[in-house]
Amino acid sequence: MSYRFLEEIAIADVAFEAEGRTLAEVFEAAALALTEVMVELDGVSPTLSRLISLRAEDLETLLFRWLAELIYLKDAACLLFRRFEITIREGTECELEATAWGDQINYETMSLKVDVKAVTYHLFSLTKIPHGWRAQVILDI
Amino acid sequence: MEAKKIAEGIWEIPRTAKEGMLVPARIYATDELFKEMDQGVFEQVTNVACLPGVQKYVLCMPDGHWGYGFPIGGVAAMDTKTGVISPGGIGFDINCGMRMLRTTLTEPEVKPRLRELVDRLFQTVPSGVGTKGFLRLNEAEFREVMVQGAQEMIRRGYGWPEDAERIENLGRIPGADPAKVSAKATSRGIHQLGTLGSGNHYLEIQVVYPGSIYDPDVARALGIDRELQVVVMFHCGSRGFGHQVATDYLETFGPAMKRYGISVRDRELACAPFASPEGQDYFKAMVCAANSAFANRQVITHRVREAFSDVFKRDARDLGLEIIYDVCHNIAKVERHRVNGEERELVIHRKGATRSFPPGHPELAERYRAIGQPVIIGGSMETGSYLLIGTAKAMEYSFGSTAHGSGRTMSRTAAKKKVHSRDVLQRMERQGIYVRTASFAGLAEEAGMAYKDISAVVDAVDTLGISKKVVRLQPIGNIKG
Repeated sequence: MSYRFLEEIAIADVAFEAEGRTLAEVFEAAALALTEVMVELDGVSPTLSRLISLRAEDLETLLFRWLAELIYLKDAACLLFRRFEITIREGTECELEATAWGDQINYETMSLKVDVKAVTYHLFSLTKIPHGWRAQVILDI
Repeated sequence: MEAKKIAEGIWEIPRTAKEGMLVPARIYATDELFKEMDQGVFEQVTNVACLPGVQKYVLCMPDGHWGYGFPIGGVAAMDTKTGVISPGGIGFDINCGMRMLRTTLTEPEVKPRLRELVDRLFQTVPSGVGTKGFLRLNEAEFREVMVQGAQEMIRRGYGWPEDAERIENLGRIPGADPAKVSAKATSRGIHQLGTLGSGNHYLEIQVVYPGSIYDPDVARALGIDRELQVVVMFHCGSRGFGHQVATDYLETFGPAMKRYGISVRDRELACAPFASPEGQDYFKAMVCAANSAFANRQVITHRVREAFSDVFKRDARDLGLEIIYDVCHNIAKVERHRVNGEERELVIHRKGATRSFPPGHPELAERYRAIGQPVIIGGSMETGSYLLIGTAKAMEYSFGSTAHGSGRTMSRTAAKKKVHSRDVLQRMERQGIYVRTASFAGLAEEAGMAYKDISAVVDAVDTLGISKKVVRLQPIGNIKG
């Protein structure tokens, strides 16, 4: 599982590429990349957990909804997450069941960076590669 | 992609440049700014030219750069009967905009108290990731904000009665319907009124230095009437509420496009016919978010007045803290414009573009009808900003629109590799700018070198005539979100 930020696309915003051997891994890598845009991961202690269940008609839409849900929880519940246990089921409908561990946003203990407004569909992709999956995502800052 | 210079400051990409283009695309820029335009602008402006019902030409302003869906700096006019509305042509931060307040204070009066003032504002106008404001509204009260916008905040005592006429659309766009807003959008944004946000959002204390007034008569009419006058400018939008409204409808529009047989070149250009139930639902929800952004800037105005009053031990009215104007630069509006000699009702999408209505325009409030609409173009945190005025040329050339800022030339990831936040902070301090930020790491991303030259952008719109320069403002205090 890995991710890297891309310099040459989406000048106003932040682009990243995430990879994993499995779907669960690429979803986890994308979630960590998203969180790292907003905070230094080391400062987020995994003290609170949330169960997240999502459905979508395809895997790309499921990834979009997964990242959008984490962005929503950042504002609505003031939560940032750093550890994830994810299960993904593919069928006529795709399903995600996840437990996310993290903590309430705290300016004393966390090193906060830049806020993410949304996940965009611009150049958004989730593709099968020889040894797993790769996602490309542009976040609106 | 080939763009032909058809007049000074105007470049045109013909309909033949890309399959499916319904109208040409135009880029308004000087030779230098045009050369600097990134490839994303050409690709995106021509993608927009393929959207159903698009009229005359799609435009990109001189501060244009690669966005998502539309380029930032993009303007597109859609027919209300045959055209579409696209959240990608408005942005996630619905009614992101600029507000400017004047004061009767001068730099020598403010400088000795500057740190105290900026520190105080940093405390009372929360900024950064996941911050909440001081207002606690219930859902019914928040729905009232969606409908009444800044006027609801004024009614609650967070403003002066005369504030409304100094805000685009009087701070309340008609047509909001809270029933079209999801419960998620409400829960995401209900506690964020009065917060600045992050990224390129800022609140600045600025000075009008000698030689910075280009049109003294208009400047005086706008309240800029003394040398070294101090003003306040801030940049923010509808916060998580607007972001969620846009996210929700981006998802709704995917299946809607299939139903209406619309295909787009970028998934972020998802759209629906403006006249369809889906298009109307989004428009009504978008207006809710736009009104909440006006309310957000109104609450911040209240906090700014309180902070000045506390620090200078004088009443805010006595300090002359009047609103000069408030503009939207991420919005879609139904407006009347001439196309091929005929007046038509159009949905004008402005994404990173500012309305620039001329003197006498019927939509302007009485106060500014004689001189035209004030236009606020915010620069990077290091370089300064401009106040301009709307023109008749804007109606002719750009659907009553002009630029909105300086426009990025470098991605955030690239900027952080080129410069360290510490160096940006030290350089700004050497220039006499006192900075407070919720995100020290984010300073590097907002360094002046990551942006185009604001004066070049403003000169481009001034020379073309789609807005005219009135005053240049330079920062002495900055809160970076």
